[in-house]
Amino acid sequence: MGFFLEVLIGGLLTGVLYSLVALGFVLIFKASGVFNFAQGAMVLMAGLALVQLIEPTYIGLWHFVGIGALVAAVAGLLILRVVRGGTLAAAKGDWRAKLPALVGVGAGLVGGLLALAGGAKGWPLWLAIPAAIAVMVAVAWVVERWVLRPLVNQEGIILFMATLGITFFIDGFSQTLFGSNVYPLNIGLSKDPVFLLENVFEGGILVNQLDISGAIIAGVLVAGLAVFFQKTRIGRALRAVADDHAAAQSVGIPLNWIWFIVWSVAGIVALVAAIVWGSKLGIQFSLTFLALKALPVLILGGFTSVPGAIVGGLLIGAGEKVAEVYFPVVTKFAFGTAMPGGIEYWFAYVLALVFLLFRPQGLFGERIIERV
Amino acid sequence: MDKKTFGLAAMALAGAIGLGGIAAPAFAQNEQFIPILSYRTGAYAPNGIPFANGMSDYYRMINARDGGINGVKIQFEECETGYATDKGVECYERLKAKGPTGAAFFNPLSTGITFALTEKAPVDKIPIITMGYGRSESRNGAVFTWNFPLLGTYWTAANIAMQHIAKEMGGFDKLKGKKIALVFHDSPYGKEPIPMLTEMSKLLGFELVLLPVTHPGVEQKSQWLQIRQQRPDYVLLWGWGVMNSTSVKEAAAVGYPRDKMLGVWWSGAEPDVLPAGDQSTGYKALMLQHGAGKFPVHADMLKFAVGKDGSQTKPDEADDVLYNRGMVNAMLGVEAIRTAQKKFGNKPLTGEQIRWGLENLDLSDARLKELGFEGALKPLKISCTDHEGTRFGRVQQWDGKQWKVISDWYEGDDKLLAPMVRDVSAKYADEKKIAPRDCSKES
Repeated sequence: MGFFLEVLIGGLLTGVLYSLVALGFVLIFKASGVFNFAQGAMVLMAGLALVQLIEPTYIGLWHFVGIGALVAAVAGLLILRVVRGGTLAAAKGDWRAKLPALVGVGAGLVGGLLALAGGAKGWPLWLAIPAAIAVMVAVAWVVERWVLRPLVNQEGIILFMATLGITFFIDGFSQTLFGSNVYPLNIGLSKDPVFLLENVFEGGILVNQLDISGAIIAGVLVAGLAVFFQKTRIGRALRAVADDHAAAQSVGIPLNWIWFIVWSVAGIVALVAAIVWGSKLGIQFSLTFLALKALPVLILGGFTSVPGAIVGGLLIGAGEKVAEVYFPVVTKFAFGTAMPGGIEYWFAYVLALVFLLFRPQGLFGERIIERV
Repeated sequence: MDKKTFGLAAMALAGAIGLGGIAAPAFAQNEQFIPILSYRTGAYAPNGIPFANGMSDYYRMINARDGGINGVKIQFEECETGYATDKGVECYERLKAKGPTGAAFFNPLSTGITFALTEKAPVDKIPIITMGYGRSESRNGAVFTWNFPLLGTYWTAANIAMQHIAKEMGGFDKLKGKKIALVFHDSPYGKEPIPMLTEMSKLLGFELVLLPVTHPGVEQKSQWLQIRQQRPDYVLLWGWGVMNSTSVKEAAAVGYPRDKMLGVWWSGAEPDVLPAGDQSTGYKALMLQHGAGKFPVHADMLKFAVGKDGSQTKPDEADDVLYNRGMVNAMLGVEAIRTAQKKFGNKPLTGEQIRWGLENLDLSDARLKELGFEGALKPLKISCTDHEGTRFGRVQQWDGKQWKVISDWYEGDDKLLAPMVRDVSAKYADEKKIAPRDCSKES
């Protein structure tokens, strides 16, 4: 019984971490109806950027100059956007039309020079995290400007294929930019195991502290997202866009700006996932495979539900771990020979498919009824 | 055609011409083409990069120091496989006919790709070198004419690993009733040692617990919770890439002692332990004869190759385990070409001619010393019946900063290995309708 509980708790905690990746998918799907296959690649890019900025084992001085310029330019443009509030749209030919370019280039130059002065020593965590966020915001801008905007009004499958392309681009580009090794990430989270109920079960129930920290971080993130969606103006606009693009546009919600925001938020969620998973596994290419783990979570929880991503993650995490451990026991009982496991990768999909048969929209997904 | 369309067409034409220039480098007639199947991106890149660096730097060094192999320059080209079998086959098809005489040989650096190429090699007449990996039964050259699992197969590795565990426990008789867990990459590579370990478990009376880990190996919680529950006396690790460091981290997470873990020689390099930090201290791994550190040839590598002419190696990485392994692998190929040149002349040779060179490769202690590999390798002699050539290995342990050799040489027990190779290769020959060669008539 103690062992079963240990496997179950371990699975549940891993499931919370799956939810972290699934959340990024849900956010973008909710706001734009795009199934963003690139979420796993975004986790990799965010993680690589962060870890190389903290401890540059691969990148050199010019990388820092470039990222310093990028961070400053992103910050400058965001500040300008907030100050102008989208209300000071200038006519063509007016000097104010050139303001974003001027601010971007000016802030970029200042940032680049500051980074040059700082050298390639690596940045403290308080600077590296915002810088990694800026990198992800820049990715969001590029995606919105160069991929989504030209494809507006296209079929969902076209947009999905576009995100497949983005996935391969980000995978390759981020490794070219930040290296392909396994980079340890240590932000001070304890990795020691703790033993619960030692007086009840022999040896107690082992729980990894890192998994607990990950679950807490995921909880805080979900709470933050809930507030963002429900209580802020941008959050309400996001929900409006999610419900009906055309109606939202007709009441003056700028679609492009909303898409940029939502991809930026997904980038920040990717960074949080990278921090938690990276502390556990090191920052490395295999983080992209987490996207594949998020798929059954989404099928199970529904593509449009934040609580669904959490519950789906818990069910998949616990289900696959229990199945992996007890598969040899079950096969021995059924066939007389214990077959080795190695089933957890596909078992998650089987579990999701079973749910799909009974509840196609997922546990918390919206049931769409189209009347003819 | 309007201006815009004309412009686009002109750009496309210019691009095509430019690409054509890149895609078709001119080969001099006196060059030997050697393809390198590498993986510098993807899940296995941390291990693939140093290996590819070691190989390409060695070819670079031979060209710069000696002007090639007896005057025949080496023309080499990398092809990225990402450790994926389909991409590996694609690379093979793309490169097999390159150069004046086609590819000299292929080093797939993946057991999966090796399985796929094993049936293509006899058709194209190109040898497949699988140093320390691949199909274990391919040691039998009578059946596997084109496969060369030089230096050691996984059955040899499994046998050596059990010898070491038995020695630590006080003898083979002490293994009776013990529990040995195999945590393995759930792929052809990871499954290779199972027949040998199963055979030894029957002979010696230990229980073998099999714990597969799915690709790429970042999810191992279930396996290590089972280890915590079952408490095996030793854990054998058959991982690759990120799976290895994850295993070490998970072992630490469940409190399994690292000095009771023994990895295969593909689980015993710097990228396998460094990501786990202090948690790796005490972890052991087999050595494919050589380890980390410099041997005499490194002086020439640093002088002629490292950091020069397209080399991607940093000087402080030029003696890591996998860099050295890539170098050893390249050296064996170069020496096979040299051997073949003695029979066929100092000119670019075909795959078929180089296959002869591989089968007649004989590296004595004296020759290894001349080549600068003294102390790193045991003498090696390939024959028609034995494409492995030598069956020695050692054990190293990570002390937190570097690998330290902690054992003497072990030799794979041929009383166990030879009958298994004979039986399994005979079965393969039967299935594939291959008539085994009569090795007594080969010269």
